[in-house]
Amino acid sequence: MSRPSDHIDSAAPAPADGINQPKLGFVGWLRFFWRQLTSMRTALFLLLLLAIAAVPGSLVPQRSSDPNGVTQYFTDNPDLAPILDKVQAFDVYSSAWFSAIYLLLFISLIGCVIPRTKHHWLALRSRPPRTPARLSRLSAFERRSDDSGATATELIDDATKQLKRQGYRVERYDAEGSASVSAERGFLRETGNLVFHSALVGILVTVGFGGGFGFSGQRVLVEGQTFVNTLLDYDSFNPGRFFNESELAPYKLTLDEFGVTYETENLDAYGQAIDYRAKVTTTSPGGKPQDATIKVNDPLRFEGTDVYLLGNGYAPTITVRDPEGKVVFSDSIPFLPQDAQLTSLGIVKVPDGLAEQLGMIGFFYPTQAASKPPFFSSYPDLAYPVLTLNVYSGDLGINAGAPKSVYALDVDDMKQLTGGDTGVESIELTPGQITDLPNGLGTVSFDNVAANPSTENYAGSVKRFASFDVHHDPTQLWVLAFAILALSGLITSLFVARRRVWVKAVTGSDGTVSLEYAGLARGEDPGLEAAVAAIAEAHSPTPVPSEPEGRITP
Amino acid sequence: MTLVEISNLCLWSAVAVYALAFIAFTFDLARRSAEVTAAIDAAERAELERSAAAEERVGALASAAARTAAPIVTSDGVPRKTRRPSDEPEQQASRKSPSLRVGVSLTVIAFLLHLVADVTRGIAAGRVPWANMYEFAMTGTLLIVAVFLVVIARVDLRFLGSFVIGLVTVLLGLATANFYVEVVPLPPALQSAWLVIHVFVASLGTAFFAIGFALSVVQLLQGRRERRLGLVQPTQSSGRLRFLLTLPNAERLENLAYRVNIIGFIFWTFTLMAGAIWAERAWGRYWGWDTKEVWTFIIWVIFAGYIHARATRGWRGSRAATLAIIGFSAVMFNFVVVNVFFKGLHAYSGL
Repeated sequence: MSRPSDHIDSAAPAPADGINQPKLGFVGWLRFFWRQLTSMRTALFLLLLLAIAAVPGSLVPQRSSDPNGVTQYFTDNPDLAPILDKVQAFDVYSSAWFSAIYLLLFISLIGCVIPRTKHHWLALRSRPPRTPARLSRLSAFERRSDDSGATATELIDDATKQLKRQGYRVERYDAEGSASVSAERGFLRETGNLVFHSALVGILVTVGFGGGFGFSGQRVLVEGQTFVNTLLDYDSFNPGRFFNESELAPYKLTLDEFGVTYETENLDAYGQAIDYRAKVTTTSPGGKPQDATIKVNDPLRFEGTDVYLLGNGYAPTITVRDPEGKVVFSDSIPFLPQDAQLTSLGIVKVPDGLAEQLGMIGFFYPTQAASKPPFFSSYPDLAYPVLTLNVYSGDLGINAGAPKSVYALDVDDMKQLTGGDTGVESIELTPGQITDLPNGLGTVSFDNVAANPSTENYAGSVKRFASFDVHHDPTQLWVLAFAILALSGLITSLFVARRRVWVKAVTGSDGTVSLEYAGLARGEDPGLEAAVAAIAEAHSPTPVPSEPEGRITP
Repeated sequence: MTLVEISNLCLWSAVAVYALAFIAFTFDLARRSAEVTAAIDAAERAELERSAAAEERVGALASAAARTAAPIVTSDGVPRKTRRPSDEPEQQASRKSPSLRVGVSLTVIAFLLHLVADVTRGIAAGRVPWANMYEFAMTGTLLIVAVFLVVIARVDLRFLGSFVIGLVTVLLGLATANFYVEVVPLPPALQSAWLVIHVFVASLGTAFFAIGFALSVVQLLQGRRERRLGLVQPTQSSGRLRFLLTLPNAERLENLAYRVNIIGFIFWTFTLMAGAIWAERAWGRYWGWDTKEVWTFIIWVIFAGYIHARATRGWRGSRAATLAIIGFSAVMFNFVVVNVFFKGLHAYSGL
């Protein structure tokens, strides 16, 4: 923690040679370490160490923010990755060493805040100090004389009032033949400093413990699908340490429609998405359905949770029938976007109903623009949608009950039937088309879900999906409150000037009164001289005349 | 001519005029060095000839440096008119300088061109002109110059011209040449009032850090010179960089740098907080150690360290200045390298 700027840390005096220091006992050592830890030098060292320690987390992908990047890193650097993982390089910000640094820093900070709060408390209650004998030694000093005929006491009475008005705390120190006022201001500087550092501790504690009470969950919804806010209905769920399932209000949320607006006028950004709208219907437990819209930057705050729109894409509806024409699979599968024109990749798994288990790796092109493979998409909206499927048969590997990602197909135990090196062309479908699966396995169709299906206009022929994050963090507002407190404390501690000012009136032997104004900075105070001059100016507008008054000039 | 063309033309013109201003400022530094050399030569001759007049000339230059070297002490009984302490240094030398005035005038002209470029870009885009790397650079450098102009209106720091305007010329030229992108609409993630606040305040903080950086660089040079001379005879020149003799002493430079840097630090703190609030709205969490968040945090910690260094024995002076320089370098790294090469959520470079 920053000392008041008038404080400069000094190293402990070095013991002179030949002096036998008493042996430090256990308590002595503890005290020694505590002193070291709470010294400014250590705090500065820990701060700089914290800055350096934060760097690796930006160079290596982190599990918390980029889990796929970590997986990729392991694939790309099979030798280095396990070593890095040993030193927690993929979890830098929750690693033991990073935590050690900031915890030590905060202990050092607390060890500094507490004694300084005590010190400040006493300072707040003490009176301004006695007026120094020789004010002229101070860096800001003005001398004036008074010819108004007022006595020293009267003049200092005025000065006292003036300083009080300006927010100074004042104390009179009068003596024989002279009167003076000692004034001090700017205690808010240290108050701000203490508030700032305490607020930082507040943020750390709130984040550290508060995070345990919340949760975050992810859910992908295809248009028309409904999600119920229960543990089972999430695709993934990360509860905090103290989270209790009963806290989930079982509300319903239906994605009615996902709307996208594309730029069509600016040719430099042709096809860029400029608006995403998830139109949803929410139903509180026991309540009536209500419409709402969730947008990027505009989450839905509902039933104590915040629902964010994070991703979106196409979810082609695919139906697989057996050779007799019986439907064995029909679903809208979210395909993950691979590029800005929404070329999308999806996996279809048909475990039951056919002679063999079937897996399909599909590519979806909202506007397929190539005359022959390789295909690509030239526009993200549905101008000429095409779905291609590579079919695999064999063992999907899901019978053992081990969880498998719905976005990946394990083809180790499967045989490729179309595409690639098989010599059989990939299945290629536009919405509304149906075709035979290889080896007489059955048929597969790409369903057109538009209200009025047409091959002229494909608008609405393929469903869209949206991925939502549902969060609950009861401490968020506390963090905000502490942050605002920290910022206001910081501003106060850096810009309020703490200074002492003295005004002294001395009655000379001839009965004239001379006035002295002086100021002493207590920390950074670039405006000290100007402030003292202004006080003198307001109190005694006439500077000391350079020549005695009343001299007769010829 | 379309608005964008006007903007581009104004911007290139601004770069050209900044370059001229830089030359003028550099000219002034060269003139200062030459004057110092001349004064020293004269002094040496005076030494030989015991000429009092020449000594006076050196004294005038030396006193500028000396006056700021020690805390201002007034001798007893001498009434003094109210004056800002910031008016102290080297002014006599610089007030006479035509190249310095030309430098400032050219800077103002370039600033106006730059401002027109920025505003027309914003009007053409129908939004604030800071939504991609090119625009960040354009507005950020505009703010650096704005802060510089505001500062020199209050304190005579015109000698910083060649450092600040040189930096601006290079940054703006590089950004215009490498980061230029056509006007495109905002992606949904950037459609937020926080774009206006968060990015603007970040640029403003950067501008203050830039001025602080320039001051700290001069402070280091000055400090090195002072240490070498033991601070006794400011008239003794030390080979290169003789113009340093006409600049404020290291302590004053440090105080100035500190005042500028703490303003930058406040803005940076606000940037961090506003960013967290925006992140919560856009991404559903207020802090997620995204690469850009990490670097913003690192910069914050470095400058926090800088402020603490000022109150730590042995760290005041050159070490603190080094921290400020590292801090500003981290700001630049955060802007260029992190934006362009690092993977993260702040992928708005538009490149």
